[in-house]
Amino acid sequence: MQVEEGEIFGFIGPNGAGKSTTIKLLMRLIFPTAGSARILGKPISDIEMHRDVGYLPEQPYFYDYLTAAELLDYFARIHDLSAAQRKERVQTTLKKVGLETAGKIQLRKYSKGMLQRVGMAQAILHDPQLVILDEPMSGLDPVGRREARDIILDLRREGKTVMFSTHILSDAEMLCDRVGVIVGGKLRGVGTPGQLVDVTTQGMEILFELAGPCTAPLLAKATRTGDRYRLQVPETGLYDAIEQLRAAGAKILAVARVRATLEEFFMNLVEADRAQAAAVEVSGK
Amino acid sequence: MKRAGVVALNTFREAVRDRVLYNLLLFALVMMAASIIAGQISIGIEETVIITLGLSAISLIGLLIAIFIGVGLVSKEMDKRTLYALLAKPVRRWEFLLGKFGGLALTLALNVAAMGVGLFLALVYVKPVFERGDLTVLIAVYFIWLKLALVVALALLFSCFTTPLLAILFTTGIYIVGLYVQELRNMPMQVMSPGMTLFTKWLSYLLPNFENFNIMAMAAHSRQVPGALIAQNTLYAAIYCTMVLTGAILVFSRRNLK
Repeated sequence: MQVEEGEIFGFIGPNGAGKSTTIKLLMRLIFPTAGSARILGKPISDIEMHRDVGYLPEQPYFYDYLTAAELLDYFARIHDLSAAQRKERVQTTLKKVGLETAGKIQLRKYSKGMLQRVGMAQAILHDPQLVILDEPMSGLDPVGRREARDIILDLRREGKTVMFSTHILSDAEMLCDRVGVIVGGKLRGVGTPGQLVDVTTQGMEILFELAGPCTAPLLAKATRTGDRYRLQVPETGLYDAIEQLRAAGAKILAVARVRATLEEFFMNLVEADRAQAAAVEVSGK
Repeated sequence: MKRAGVVALNTFREAVRDRVLYNLLLFALVMMAASIIAGQISIGIEETVIITLGLSAISLIGLLIAIFIGVGLVSKEMDKRTLYALLAKPVRRWEFLLGKFGGLALTLALNVAAMGVGLFLALVYVKPVFERGDLTVLIAVYFIWLKLALVVALALLFSCFTTPLLAILFTTGIYIVGLYVQELRNMPMQVMSPGMTLFTKWLSYLLPNFENFNIMAMAAHSRQVPGALIAQNTLYAAIYCTMVLTGAILVFSRRNLK
């Protein structure tokens, strides 16, 4: 798997798939038993590589006896920033994550969402080239999620590379240039959301209304929402289905290609993985 | 190394904000009680009472801080996952460990120094005529600090590979055995097999000798401390701390933070 410079890369997968483990390996919080990884052209064992990388841990927690401004100042010192740089970076970063008025409050008084913002702030504080975010939207309310998305998009506008893991597939579809899908510890697909989804695109959807009672056999397969019905049919059977519905007095409102969502692609992989695991278990017995 | 200093200062700030220095109030109460007791007993041993009680209180309060906070230096950071963001920055694990050790050693130094000054002032109060031998009490306080630094290093080592509770038990156990290293060396050899004798002898040299740092009797009698003893204890603590911290670094550097 390779993340290209300047892109937003989404890392998606179910719980226990290995997203956080992969990120922790990259951040040298855990050590690989095999294999290698490079960040910005340097091996992950090279400590200097971390100067240009920002990292937001999953469900971050920080020293609660510090204020947000003190915590950022502490991390800025770790990054060897001068006193003037520290002062300027702390203020601008707090403003960027919407905490400029809460900078002098101790972190023990922060809500989960505010801690997530502090986590985001410490990840981008030193103006890194690459930002790795582990579940950045987790614990945020809709406003917070929107702000987190805006920060990620801002980072891309500034030419940064962003890699983030998420459970929220709509966020991945909305933000990512490319995504990697990991299931059961294995990478199952990498590409643009469109590329991944196109592979599984199939079927057509007919939206129709009925003027009166209808006995067409196809109706049993349709889904009713209010006065309207939705019917999914294979692409080859589209015209036949339309003729049957028209003959039964249905008013056709729309016909659209069924475009599988990233979620469906994702769920198919998860279910295949579960089926495979169950088969292995049965054969093992 | 500069980053270790940054971590150390933050560790010190944590101790201050978590009200660790409140123990100084407890020490002040002990010294007031010692002065009252000393005033009620016969003239001549009031100085001994104050020194014995004062040094014992400094040692005990310091030990509690060294063991309980020392064990939490790393384990608390792992439990709360506060070190994840830090270790993903350009900071090496040994810098983090040395910083944590240095921060608590600094906290203890200030603590012990404040208590030492309090003890010295109490002495000046009960003993108007000052002798050079009275300075021994300050050297005794310095030795207590050396001992505490060693305890912190041990607590840090154990907390790198075991649970906080076991780390407390191991550190306390080593400290207690370390008070009787001399007795271990002088155990009656005729009752033991040659193998056991050799093992006991090696063990006595391997374990830290905490009794070396106890000069309470000398301080109580205002006897001057030879310069060689100060140098020896300082060197012993430095070498032993280096060895223990090296072990802690080796363990922690390979530890997966799940």
